[in-house]
Amino acid sequence: MENLVLQALSGLASASSLFLVASGLTVIFGVSRVVNFAHGSFYMLGAYLAYTLVTHLPRGHLGFWGGVIGAAVLVGLIGLAVEMLLLRRIYRAPELFQLLATFGVVLIVQELTQMIWGAQDLLGPRAPGLRGSAEILGLRFPLYELFLIGVGPVVLGLLVLLFRRTRWGTLVRAATQDREMVGALGVNQRMLFTSVFFLGSLLAGLGGALQLPRESVNLHMDLSIITEAFVVVVVGGLGSLTGAALAALLIGELHAFGILIVPKITLVLVFLVMALVLVVRPHGLLGKPEAAARGGQGSAEPVIGPAPAALRWLALAALGLAVVVPPFLGDYAISVLTELATAVLFAASLHLIMGPGGMASFGHAAYFGLGAYGAALAAQWLGAPMLAGLALAPLAAGVFGLVFGYFCVRLSGVYAAMLTLAFAQIAWSVAFQWVEVTGGDNGILGVWPDAWAAPKLVFYYLALALCLGATLLLRRVVHAPFGYALRAQRDSALRAEAIGIDAFRIRWLGFALAAAAAGIAGGLFAYGKGSVFPTYMGIPRSVDALLMVLLGGVQTLSGPIIGALAFTGLQEQLVRLTDLWRLILGAVIVLLVLFFPQGLAGATRARWEARHGDA
Amino acid sequence: MLSVAGLSAYYGRAHILDDVALDVGAGEVVVLLGRNGAGKSTTMKAIMGLVPPAAGRVRFAGAEIAGREPFEIARLGLGYVPEERRIFTELSVLENLEVGRRPPTAGLRPWTPERLFALFPSLGAMQDRPGGRMSGGEQQMLTIARTLMGNPRLILLDEPSEGLAPVVIERMAEAIRALKSEGLSILLSEQNLHFAQLVSDRATIIEKGRIRWSGSMPQLLAADDVREQYLSV
Ligand SMILES: Nc1ncnc2c1ncn2[C@@H]1O[C@H](COP(=O)(O)OP(=O)(O)OP(=O)(O)O)[C@@H](O)[C@H]1O
Ligand SMILES: [Mg+2]
Repeated sequence: MENLVLQALSGLASASSLFLVASGLTVIFGVSRVVNFAHGSFYMLGAYLAYTLVTHLPRGHLGFWGGVIGAAVLVGLIGLAVEMLLLRRIYRAPELFQLLATFGVVLIVQELTQMIWGAQDLLGPRAPGLRGSAEILGLRFPLYELFLIGVGPVVLGLLVLLFRRTRWGTLVRAATQDREMVGALGVNQRMLFTSVFFLGSLLAGLGGALQLPRESVNLHMDLSIITEAFVVVVVGGLGSLTGAALAALLIGELHAFGILIVPKITLVLVFLVMALVLVVRPHGLLGKPEAAARGGQGSAEPVIGPAPAALRWLALAALGLAVVVPPFLGDYAISVLTELATAVLFAASLHLIMGPGGMASFGHAAYFGLGAYGAALAAQWLGAPMLAGLALAPLAAGVFGLVFGYFCVRLSGVYAAMLTLAFAQIAWSVAFQWVEVTGGDNGILGVWPDAWAAPKLVFYYLALALCLGATLLLRRVVHAPFGYALRAQRDSALRAEAIGIDAFRIRWLGFALAAAAAGIAGGLFAYGKGSVFPTYMGIPRSVDALLMVLLGGVQTLSGPIIGALAFTGLQEQLVRLTDLWRLILGAVIVLLVLFFPQGLAGATRARWEARHGDA
Repeated sequence: MLSVAGLSAYYGRAHILDDVALDVGAGEVVVLLGRNGAGKSTTMKAIMGLVPPAAGRVRFAGAEIAGREPFEIARLGLGYVPEERRIFTELSVLENLEVGRRPPTAGLRPWTPERLFALFPSLGAMQDRPGGRMSGGEQQMLTIARTLMGNPRLILLDEPSEGLAPVVIERMAEAIRALKSEGLSILLSEQNLHFAQLVSDRATIIEKGRIRWSGSMPQLLAADDVREQYLSV
C-alpha cells in the first residue's frame, strides 16, 4: 500500500515535468498550427544550458535557481530566433513540411549540442535545500520530486491566469480560432506568434533545466521527450492546455504503475493508451476538430497523369544503366546500388499513402523494419532459407499494416501523423527492449543470403528485380480502379461515399499495401546488410522516407523514385565526406522546405509545364 | 476618405475583380449592390488586404494601402466587418470586444463597451456569454461592435442584413444611421435594396466583378431599368 502511494507520487512528479514540455508544445500549436518537432530539442538545450550555468555560477540558491531560470529564458530566446528565421516563412506550407522543417532543426541542434558539450552524459549538481528526502507513510521520498509535483500545478495556474486575465492571452485565444480575423482587427499576428513561441520554448527549456538534479543530461533527451510530449498533447487534444494537464497526469501515472506491471514495455502501454483514446475521441480528450481553425490556404491537388514521353525514355535509360553497368563495379558500389533499389521501393510505398492516398505517415519505417525483422527472425530462429524469409517480410509488415492502419486511417492530418509515429515507436521499443528475442540494441547479425545469392552482383539483380517489380506494381495500382477510388476518397470522402466507395476500407487497404511493399524493401535491406537493428524502425528512418517522397514531390509518381535516388546518393556522399552529416542534412531539409515546397520533381514539372504549356 | 481605382483580384487562377473603382467621402454611407457572387465581399477583402490585389490603387486617409498587410490597414483606421461574422466563439462578448480594442482616433469619440451596449442594448445583457452561444442577430451586432472598438474612421460592412428578421433589420438600420451621425464613413455591401435605401447616400452596382453603375440613392430609385437589369432576382 505505502509503495503504491510512493509510486503514485513519483508518477505525479513525472507528470509535472511532462506537463511543462507539453504545455509549451500545445500552446504553440494552438496559435500557429505548427507541430514543432524541435520542441524536444529546446528541452534538451534547457538541460545543457542549465548544466553550464549552474556549474559556472557560484554555488548556493542563487546560483542554482538563477541558472535554471537563465537557461529557460535563453531557450526561449533560441525559440524566438527559430520562429523568426524559419517557421514564420512556412506557416502556410502543408503540415508535413512544417513537421519536417522542424525535424531539420532537431538534427542541427543535435549536432551543435554534441560539438559544444561532447557526447558523454553530464551529471549536474543537486538542488540546494532539496537534497534530502521526506518521510511519507514511513517510506522515504526525495524532496526534489515533491518540489516538482508542486511546479506543474503552479505553472498551469499561471498559464491559465495569463490566458484568461491578460489582453495578450485574450488575443492568443482569439488567434487560436481565427488568426486572419485577429489580423483584420489590427493585431500584428507576427508579433503574437513570436511571443507565443518564446513562451512555449521557455517552458520546454524550464522543463529540461529542472531535470538537472534528477537525471543525467544526454543527447537522447530530445527525441525521447518529444515522443512523450506528442503523446500527451495528442491525448489531451492539440491546443488544449487543460487537456495537456490531464493527459500528462494520465501518462505520468501510467509510467509509474506500468513499471510495476510490465517493467520492460511501459512505452508500449503508453502508446496503446494513446491509440485507444484517439479511436474513441479522434481529437483527444479535450481537443476540437482541426478544420475549425481558419487562416490557412488550401490548394487543389494536381491530377496525376501518365508520365511524359521524355521522362519514360529517361527512366528506360536509367534502368538500362542499372542493369548493364554493375558487373563492371566493385563490391562496395554494388551494395550501394542495392541499397538504392530498396530505397526506391521504400519511398514509392510511402508515396502511395501520401500522394494518391492523401494520408500522412510519420512512422513508415515501422513497416520497413517489420519486414527486416520478419526476415531476420525467421532466419535466426527457424533457420528459414532466404526466399522464405523474403516472402515473410511483406507478410509480417502487411499484417501489422492492417492492424496499425485500422486505427491510423480513421484520423487525418496531424493526428494521423502522430498516431503513425506512435505505432512506429511501439514497434521500435519492442525491438529495442525485448532483448531475448530481438537482441535489443545489438540487433540480429549474420542474416546472409543463401549460397546461390551470396555474390553481391547476384543479390543486387535479385533486389533490383524485386524492388522494380514491386514499384511498378504500385504504379499500376494507382492507375487501376483501386487507385481511382483511393484518389477519389482523398479529394472528397463524402463524394466518394456517395458513389459507393467505402472510403475507410480503401484507405485501410492502401495503407496495408504500402506497408507490405515497405516490408519487401526492409527484407531485402536486411539480407543486403547481413543484419538488422532497432534503428531500422526509428524516427530518423521514417523521416528519411518522408524526405525522399517530399524531395521528389508528393504529386508526381516519378517523385519518390527521383527523391530516393537523390536522398540516398546525398546521404552516402555526406557520411563519407564529413562527420557533420546530421548538421548538413538538417540544413538541407530546412532549406528544401523553405525553397522547394513542391519538391524537386514538382519544381521540375512546374518548370516543364511553364515551358511547354499546360498539356 | 477611401478611393479605389482599377482594382483587380484573383482567387488562384480565377479572375474575380476587374477594374473596380469606387469612392467613399468623409461621413458618407455608400452601398455596394449586386447579386450573389457579384464580387461584393471580394471587393471588401481586397481593400482590406485579405485578398491580395493583383492590380490597382486603394487610397485611404491619404495613404496608399494596396499591398499592405491587413493589420497595418486596420491600424490606419479601416474597420472590417465580415459577412460570415467570424465571432470568436470561445471568447465572451467582452473578450470579443477586447480583441478589437485600439487606441482612440483623433476627432472621433472613442468607443467603450458601455457606449456600444447603449447602441446595441441586447449585447449589454449578455456581456459574459461566449460568442458561440448567441443568436445570428446578436452575433451580427457583436461583430460590428468589435470592429468599432478599433475606433475606425471608415468601416467596410459586408451584408449586415443577411439572415436577419425584419425587426432586427430595422434596428440595424437605426444603428447605422447613428454611426453615420457620429461622423463615421461606411462602405456597405447589400443585396437588400430596401435596407440599403434606409441608410445610404450613394450606390455603386457591381456585377461579375465589374462596376456597372454609380449614382446617388434617389437616382437609383428613379432608374427602373438599372434596378431591373442588375438587381432583380
Ligand atoms: N475563396 C474563394 N475561392 C474561389 N472563388 C471564390 C472564393 N470566394 C468567392 N469566390 C468566387 O468569387 C466570386 C465573387 O464572390 P463574392 O463572395 O465576392 O460575391 P458576393 O457578391 O459577396 O456574393 P454574396 O452576395 O453571395 O455574398 C464568386 O463567383 C465566387 O464563387
Ligand atoms: Mg458576399
